[in-house]
Amino acid sequence: MIRFILLQNRQGKTRLAKYYVPLEESEKHKVEYEVHRLVVNRDPKFTNFVEFRTHKVIYRRYAGLFFSMCVDITDNELAYLECIHLFVEILDHFFSNVCELDLVFNFNKVYLILDEFILAGELQETSKKVRFLLKFY
Amino acid sequence: MNPFSSGTRLRDMIRAIRTCKTAAEERAVVRKECAAIRAAVSDNDQEYRHRNLAKLMFIHMLGYPTHFGQMECLKLIASSGFPEKRIGYLGLMLLLDERQEVLMLVTNSLKQDLNHSNQYIVGLALCALGNICSAEMARDLAPEVERLLQSRDPNIKKKAALCSIRIIRKVPDLSENFMSPAAALLKEKHHGVLITGVQLCTDLCKASPEALEYLRKNCTEGSVRILKDISNSSYAPEYDISGIADPFLHIRVLKLMRMLGQGDADASDSINDILAQVATKIESNKNAGNAILYECVETIMGIEATSGLRILAINILGRFLSNRDNNIRYVALNMLMRSVVVDSQAMQRHRATILECVKDSDASIRKRALELVCLLVNDTNVKPLTKELIDYLEVSEEEFKGDLTEKICSIVERFSTEKLWYIDQMLKILSEAGSHVKDEVWHSLIVVISNAADLQGYTVRSLYKALQTSSSQIGLARVALWCIGEYGEMLVNGACMLAAEEPVTVTESDAVDIVEVALKCHSSDITTRAMSLIALLKLSSRFPPTSERITELIMQNKGNLELELQQRSIEFSNIILKHKNIKTSLVERMPVLDESTYMGRKEVSSQDVPAVKTSKTAPSEALLNLPNGVKKPPAVYMGDLLDLSSDDVPATKPSTNDFLQDLLGDLAVPVSSGAPLSGGSDILMDLLSIGSPIQNDSSLSNSVSTGAVNSSAVSSLASLSSLTSPSISVSPEASIVDPLRGMDQIKRQPPSTAPIVDLMDGLSNHVVSVAGSEKLDFLPITAFENNSLKTVFSFTKFPGRPQVTQIKATFTNKSLNSYTDFIFQAAVPKVH
Repeated sequence: MIRFILLQNRQGKTRLAKYYVPLEESEKHKVEYEVHRLVVNRDPKFTNFVEFRTHKVIYRRYAGLFFSMCVDITDNELAYLECIHLFVEILDHFFSNVCELDLVFNFNKVYLILDEFILAGELQETSKKVRFLLKFY
Repeated sequence: MNPFSSGTRLRDMIRAIRTCKTAAEERAVVRKECAAIRAAVSDNDQEYRHRNLAKLMFIHMLGYPTHFGQMECLKLIASSGFPEKRIGYLGLMLLLDERQEVLMLVTNSLKQDLNHSNQYIVGLALCALGNICSAEMARDLAPEVERLLQSRDPNIKKKAALCSIRIIRKVPDLSENFMSPAAALLKEKHHGVLITGVQLCTDLCKASPEALEYLRKNCTEGSVRILKDISNSSYAPEYDISGIADPFLHIRVLKLMRMLGQGDADASDSINDILAQVATKIESNKNAGNAILYECVETIMGIEATSGLRILAINILGRFLSNRDNNIRYVALNMLMRSVVVDSQAMQRHRATILECVKDSDASIRKRALELVCLLVNDTNVKPLTKELIDYLEVSEEEFKGDLTEKICSIVERFSTEKLWYIDQMLKILSEAGSHVKDEVWHSLIVVISNAADLQGYTVRSLYKALQTSSSQIGLARVALWCIGEYGEMLVNGACMLAAEEPVTVTESDAVDIVEVALKCHSSDITTRAMSLIALLKLSSRFPPTSERITELIMQNKGNLELELQQRSIEFSNIILKHKNIKTSLVERMPVLDESTYMGRKEVSSQDVPAVKTSKTAPSEALLNLPNGVKKPPAVYMGDLLDLSSDDVPATKPSTNDFLQDLLGDLAVPVSSGAPLSGGSDILMDLLSIGSPIQNDSSLSNSVSTGAVNSSAVSSLASLSSLTSPSISVSPEASIVDPLRGMDQIKRQPPSTAPIVDLMDGLSNHVVSVAGSEKLDFLPITAFENNSLKTVFSFTKFPGRPQVTQIKATFTNKSLNSYTDFIFQAAVPKVH
């Protein structure tokens, strides 16, 4: 199960944070800070998986943006790596050539897309077609 | 219109915040916006409510408090339009979570929306429910969700399925209600519904055994069919990822199969074929394919698969291990670690590859591989593996050396079968990474060395050579100093030469040189320096010609700023200058350290021995099994005195000695000149128990309490309980053990002299035990005798347990009166 999803830029600004487990606000900020610290300094040759407390973080970097998912220790890392990529592809389709600014100005849409993609910490839809997103605007 | 209301659009606000140069500016903008939103909230402004909430969400993302917007969410959710509801639910999920009580207020709106005629609104409600519902809400709304599972719209179905997952995670009791609708979902065609349905089934299996039973019966075939269908389906761009149709669905189904097949032969039977098909058919050149293979391997390892299938799985992992992609290698190592219990035989074939991974540049891969290697070690491969690892230790990165050293040490300790090999490996480790070696490790090395009489010469010479080349390794320096101090003469005279050993010429002054270097070296810490001082003291008696130089070296530290060193050097120079007569025996070689005691203590103190259940020999056994060249005299108490876990081991001895000497003033301590090997230790014990070995002809001015012993039995026994004065009681005639000491020991009895009784204190782990005697048969001793009472102690040793002595006390009434209420009290010092 996915515990949380974070979208952060290299400076550590959180562009999207979705928690599927309840956390205190202060704890959330701490988690965001720690995850950023963990992933930002890793060599690109290294694995995309980092152990984080009792879970693990699967991250992937797209330009200056880090997509991180915190999942259970027994989950399939490679599958979540693919999952991140699918999410990025969907965003790319929707915004046609997505960039960080799109995500900043349309943060509410990003959340809505994410809600159509992942629900209750589980994958909901694997179709790449943006058809199911068209009802938004 | 409220004067604070800015009426800016969301986009404008974001732009305004982005243009801020400093944090203070940003705070000012946010403050202004928040004030405007607050004003709008108190005005109950309808028109811009959803815009304000959107702004509030952005402000929330920046980390500012936004609790005042919570009620706005509820109001938006309660409104009728889809856009308002949508932003309301979004805000609800972002600003609130299941622990807030406000959330209860939304239950009713959720219920209405779940029953709404507009499928998009139903979708919104399901989404919110799935992401933040609490246990109470789960109970209240479960019937609605259950009904929606049977709706016709796939979008609703998949959301309802995931909502059900959340509900049964919160309230596992409800899983019963979802069993049959979940099973029905597996017959769908829509991928979204299938993937969520499969996931729901998996969670149901986890939540309740009944559900697992039910699904095993009804879904095993269904899951096989889904997997067949997608792997045989024609190309569909919508779900295709690098040439594979919907890898996510593959993975989910495989996971469900693992749940169904675990511990059930029938279910495993029916999925074996499809697993084999997936494992052979999927291409492994892309991440998606590897993800499926990985899941497939895990399922094969999890269920009751055929052995052929298992081999196939292990081979896939072997292929993963040689992949160039770090991610793939990492998961392979992880997987191998989990399945090492299942099939360690097949794993051994990949040992070489795993060993290569230990040398990888990626830290996480190295760590995993190292853990895995430790699991793979067994009696047959320990030697080549250790060699490989030690070779790598030379070139590994500094920060990895700690981990690596620890693991190698544990392997060597666990699997060593011969002492020579053990000592050799430890020496190599110490010279490569002596600074990373933990204290316990080199302590136990010293114990082993002290027990291997035939290897001591070889060891001390090797250590000498090693210390010359790598003097900065702390662990090595300490062991070497200890050994040079103890076995210095073997270093010089080349005793106990092994066949394969290269001869080395070391003069006495060379030996002192190397200790001097260690003492003066800047990198040495206090413990090492303290140990050098002891080594010097010991050498001063081993090598009389160097004595003067050593005295000088010790004197140099008399003004040392470190208290420990200063104290030691003052004590030691006193021993050298003032107590020449006892020096030789004081610095005698340490008695053999008892391995079983030491190991026993180590076991107790470190329960966190690697959690490997597969290893056959516990560390202590492994060491105890070492062929031991010497007869092991029971030296329990020495272990205690020297308690190796304390900071500066051998130091305790002489310093205490000297200290006690000073306490005792110029009390002459008679020592038979031809003291046998363990004589030094005896003296040491005596001193430590604040007594001294007394020969019956020696006249002692300060001997006390003789009278007390000889007085009436009652008073003497009464005095047992009052352990106040450290008095030394002596009986001039015969062997009497001071009852105050509680413990007694018979010392080696030189034929010429009368029995000497030592006053032993704190010498044993057992309440009644006598330690330190080399013979198994003892003469009974008269512990106490006067006109009316005679007490005789007789001793029995059990062959298998040298540490335990049974003492039988016989009390004889020599008077005519009969004794009543006779109380025998023994005071035994507490041994920690």
